[in-house]
Amino acid sequence: MELVNIFVRSAFADNMIFTFFFGMCSYLAVSKTVKTAVGLGAAVIFVLGITVPLNFLLETYILKEGALTWLGEEYASYDLSFLSFIMFIAVIASTVQLVEMLVEKFSPALYGALGIFLPLIAVNCAILGGALFMQQKQFNNVGEATVYGLGSGFGWFIAIVLIAAIREKIKYSHIPGPLKGVGMAFILTGLMGLGFLGFLGF
Amino acid sequence: MSEETKEALFSPKNKKLIAEPININNPVTIQVLGICSALAVTVQIDNALIMSIAVMAVLVIGNVLVSLMRNAIPSKIRIIVQLVVVAALVIIVSEVLKAYVYDVSKQLSVFVGLIITNCIIMGRLEAFAMGNKPWASALDGVGNGFGYGLVLVIVAFFKEVFGSGTITIPGFEKFHVIPQAFYDMGYENNGLMLLPPSSLIIVAIYIWFQKSKNPELIDEHGS
Repeated sequence: MELVNIFVRSAFADNMIFTFFFGMCSYLAVSKTVKTAVGLGAAVIFVLGITVPLNFLLETYILKEGALTWLGEEYASYDLSFLSFIMFIAVIASTVQLVEMLVEKFSPALYGALGIFLPLIAVNCAILGGALFMQQKQFNNVGEATVYGLGSGFGWFIAIVLIAAIREKIKYSHIPGPLKGVGMAFILTGLMGLGFLGFLGF
Repeated sequence: MSEETKEALFSPKNKKLIAEPININNPVTIQVLGICSALAVTVQIDNALIMSIAVMAVLVIGNVLVSLMRNAIPSKIRIIVQLVVVAALVIIVSEVLKAYVYDVSKQLSVFVGLIITNCIIMGRLEAFAMGNKPWASALDGVGNGFGYGLVLVIVAFFKEVFGSGTITIPGFEKFHVIPQAFYDMGYENNGLMLLPPSSLIIVAIYIWFQKSKNPELIDEHGS
């Protein structure tokens, strides 16, 4: 039950795009057609589902204050949390690289669909944001962290697919010249964000 | 001595490096980079100011460092090298913020860490610092940092004035802009302005305004 709660909360109420604006750059750049949006969205779910639990383990067993106790009593007072940014980004960049190679080797079809998006994802704020929020939320175990990663990814997926569908149709509307392109995408995201605020109980 | 080394420190070309990102090549509204943090830390003006200073510091120092190393970085691993440079700088910035402005660093929470993946920084390192001399890269960093800060402060100004009726500048007391008489007559702060979606709409209006002033920026085929 707790897991379902975390999933729904991270996917809808704390939606990455509409509440925190994580990953807006690729969200705006890759949302011109539904097909590419689905590809990037799937890649984000995939990478978040892997890196959040990995970073959770790193946080619990290496970085947190007192996390090194398993090495021996004398390490109990060490606090390495100032290293978390650089460790998280290293884990993310290398995981993305590794995943890219594995997918290319074992599933060429999936690589064809996700391949070009994977390198983009290493510097997507949504992935590092997921790791940093995981650090703040202090989950109890790896299961919860994984579900949080998958839920956040799913929320991001919904957001990018929805905006891509709207942008495909809005091509046929008369929009004031200066608002064409990015301007309209911002307004659309704002309006969708207002809708998603409903999940927070406004 | 080549032609370039004799170039004056503030030649027209270098001035353009600072002036363009502030208006017609603004990193946030025209290049559409670094939106995540630009929208999320704009509830109060002081947060926006401190965030822009932090981003500008990382951008200028990172640009100079990467530009100094540009001939030594193998192109295959350049992204990782850039990430490490930026991450190290962000750790320093984050520790400095924690030491001197603890409250603000609490409010900025994860967004300080997210400077690492701020697309402006990676974008400028990749597009400019990798191919230019340190001084030009530093100017490019200052220009883009100002352009980013300008948008942040404008958005924060509207959000704070209409959302909570105050202006907060670091080092000063909260300044109430809306006079008490207005509240007595029934004026109320618009709570909606403090919520995330309103920053998107303010940026969109800013883009509208900016592109109407500079029609050559209009994206005719955009959707």
